[in-house]
Amino acid sequence: MTSPENSSPTERIGVYVCHCGTNIAGTVDVEDVAQWAAGRLKHRGVVIARDYKFMCSSLGQEMIEKDIKELGLTRVVVAACSPHLHEQTFRTACKRAGLNPYLCELVSIREQVSWVHTDKVAATGKAKAVLSGGVERVLHHEALEPLRVPIHPATLVVGGGIAGIQAALEIADGGFPVIMVEREPSIGGHMAQFDKTFPTLDCAACILTPKMVSVGTHPNITLLTYSEVTKVDGYVGNFTVTVRKKARCVKTDLCTGCGVCQEKCPKKIIDEIYEAGLGYRKAIYVPFPQAVPKYPVIDRENCTYFQKGTCKACEKFCPTGAIDFNQEDEYITLQVGNIILATGYDLFDPRRIPHYGYGRLANVFTSLEFERLSNAAGPTNGRIVLRDGVTVPKAVGVVHCVGSRDRNYNNYCSAICCMQSLKFAHLVKERTGATVFNFYIDMRTAAKAYDEFYQRVLEEGTLFVRGRVAEVTDAARLAGEEGKLIIQVEDTLAGKQRRIPVDMVILSAGMQPRADAKEAAKLFGISCSADGWYIEKHPKLDPVATMTEGIFIAGCVQGPKDIPNTVVQGAAAAARVLGRIQQKEIALEPIRASIIEARCSGCRICNNLCPFNAILFHEDRMVSEVNPALCQGCGTCVAACPAGAITGTGFSNEQVLSQIEGLLMLNLDGGRRVAEKAEAVLA
Amino acid sequence: MTDQEHFEPVIIGFTCNWCSYRAADLAGTARMKYPPNVRLIRLMCSGRLDPTFVLKALSSGADAVLITGCHPGECHYLEQNYKALRRYLLLRRTLAQMGIEPQRVKLVWASAAEGARLAQELTSLVEEIRALGPLNWPARVSGNGHLPQPEIQPELEEVAA
Repeated sequence: MTSPENSSPTERIGVYVCHCGTNIAGTVDVEDVAQWAAGRLKHRGVVIARDYKFMCSSLGQEMIEKDIKELGLTRVVVAACSPHLHEQTFRTACKRAGLNPYLCELVSIREQVSWVHTDKVAATGKAKAVLSGGVERVLHHEALEPLRVPIHPATLVVGGGIAGIQAALEIADGGFPVIMVEREPSIGGHMAQFDKTFPTLDCAACILTPKMVSVGTHPNITLLTYSEVTKVDGYVGNFTVTVRKKARCVKTDLCTGCGVCQEKCPKKIIDEIYEAGLGYRKAIYVPFPQAVPKYPVIDRENCTYFQKGTCKACEKFCPTGAIDFNQEDEYITLQVGNIILATGYDLFDPRRIPHYGYGRLANVFTSLEFERLSNAAGPTNGRIVLRDGVTVPKAVGVVHCVGSRDRNYNNYCSAICCMQSLKFAHLVKERTGATVFNFYIDMRTAAKAYDEFYQRVLEEGTLFVRGRVAEVTDAARLAGEEGKLIIQVEDTLAGKQRRIPVDMVILSAGMQPRADAKEAAKLFGISCSADGWYIEKHPKLDPVATMTEGIFIAGCVQGPKDIPNTVVQGAAAAARVLGRIQQKEIALEPIRASIIEARCSGCRICNNLCPFNAILFHEDRMVSEVNPALCQGCGTCVAACPAGAITGTGFSNEQVLSQIEGLLMLNLDGGRRVAEKAEAVLA
Repeated sequence: MTDQEHFEPVIIGFTCNWCSYRAADLAGTARMKYPPNVRLIRLMCSGRLDPTFVLKALSSGADAVLITGCHPGECHYLEQNYKALRRYLLLRRTLAQMGIEPQRVKLVWASAAEGARLAQELTSLVEEIRALGPLNWPARVSGNGHLPQPEIQPELEEVAA
């Protein structure tokens, strides 16, 4: 730190302290901070320090712009919210006023000061320290130009559920190529398993399958089903993605989708995925009749030929000779500019709540099982019957919030279960005339036409019991309970314990992140929330982008949501990507390492530190060099270079060291500390 | 030594742009509370942490330094947090050899979702350092009782708010 007397400030710094309404001003004395900066930091080059109600408003920005022009500011420090929120706003304001945007520094006195502290004096002191750190840091900022990189026009959509389908179609309709990767043999996702969709009760297949067909036939969409992304390299605009195309054992160019192989295959397996364990499929199969693509796959683990070496019935009967037992997994490398992750959710496994009896009591069903049961194309052709396949239930209990809003399992609300349970109640009532009880904690029907649907189900005579179900049991105690499932519940409105005998229980299981969500997040370089949902860039203002440029999220992968909201996010992600592609290039933060050749001793310590292989070594000159196109700007090599030959733009040694000095420059808890230090030394 | 009860430690925290800085933002958004003794610096990655930064902070008046980064295996830059871990372990050993309590430098992994965890770690570190007492780098390390100039600039005492 340069002491005041020998510094003649070469820079003209403007300091702007935001009130953020009362968000900051409620805890930090912002006027005091601004005045203090104007006086105490004058010797560091601060020529003006202002406070303002909302610095990010157009008036606030204009104030900064005006000062830059009129006072000839060469640096700007804004003390306001997190740089992740408004850094770009203030950089743009500087740019408008003719100042290089990278000469602006935003220090956070909201998220990291006013919102986390309560003592006004201490918070004001910390705000000053943080501001002083920013002023010291900004003195070492350099005028930079963003790196412009071209955007590859193709987009990768991972996941072929309704979110991915919507996103893919929007982009493809916009005229750009899309590659969709789906893990299962067919696209469609969870929605393809549903019967009716709330609140309009239109059939899921009727509204979904046309979209699936569009994906399958769209000239701009390349569909890779039964495939998984195994590797992602590169960065926004220029991702290189490796996809493993699992061996289908069916030559798709020859297969006509006639279905003879499925008919002839002697091996029946319980279909755990599409039929939710309620139905069978063959070892060679298409998951459902409307599957896209229509080509079957051979499930090697269950195929008699693969397990025992004989059979080949499918091959024998295939009229076009499309079966190929020798097919192997294929690895495809793709070039894409942007990636949309729409990998959906897993259903909460109700076996985790043993007292609800799922898996032990035959007539306890999960919501997904019920969807299949009520689906006209399902295992019972839409007849709602007990597990024996014939008995029609006379009384049915629907349990809400299974695994959701429960601190033993998932704290969050799964958002769809109330409406789904109402739908179940309606369907049971309509098709069987049974008495239906819905057990709920709170009814959450907050969307267009949702509450009206609730009213309708109420009027239909479904009985609602407010209370979390304690137990589902087959142990009869009272008359009339024999052979029934008894739901033990505290009716919190009536204020009493109740035992309600029913024939069938439907557990409205919540949503949870995919079992491999964390792994996938790592693969794509994004982060998960504590619950495991992918974190959006901003929960309100940027819900489909992630902190990693070029990676977008849509649908339930971001958090539980219903079909309308999922479609909205799919379209939103597509809009973001389309905007990017149309720009043809993107401006990236110029945060990169570079090696000062004259200082490089050629020790090669940095070479192995870079996980992106961005540092190459010139054998002839015995020096290393950073390839800026590959460098991601982490700065590890900068920190490691023993010769100090590597500089990291935006986070140079000078910038960080000065910031440390600035943060510690002043004793900000009332003079105590400096005195104390001096005293300690003198003692 | 002055009254220990009135000792307010000053701690510099280094955060990673992708995880712990966002965790700090999250702690704010969720209005969690932690003591104001900690001042955070944003780096792009814990791998950027030059041990010199830590020494600089300690020698410039910080009583402790917190290093934070993404959990092992979750580094935004694949594996650079492991490099931070190595440097941290070496640095602790060096500090001990210099006669400085190694617990004055602490490493915490905090993902972008762990605002509560970060706030908790910050709080406990402040408590630990409060119990440990001031660092007094000039006396302990330089041994000559000569304070760096800026810290005893008399005019700085005007600050008393």
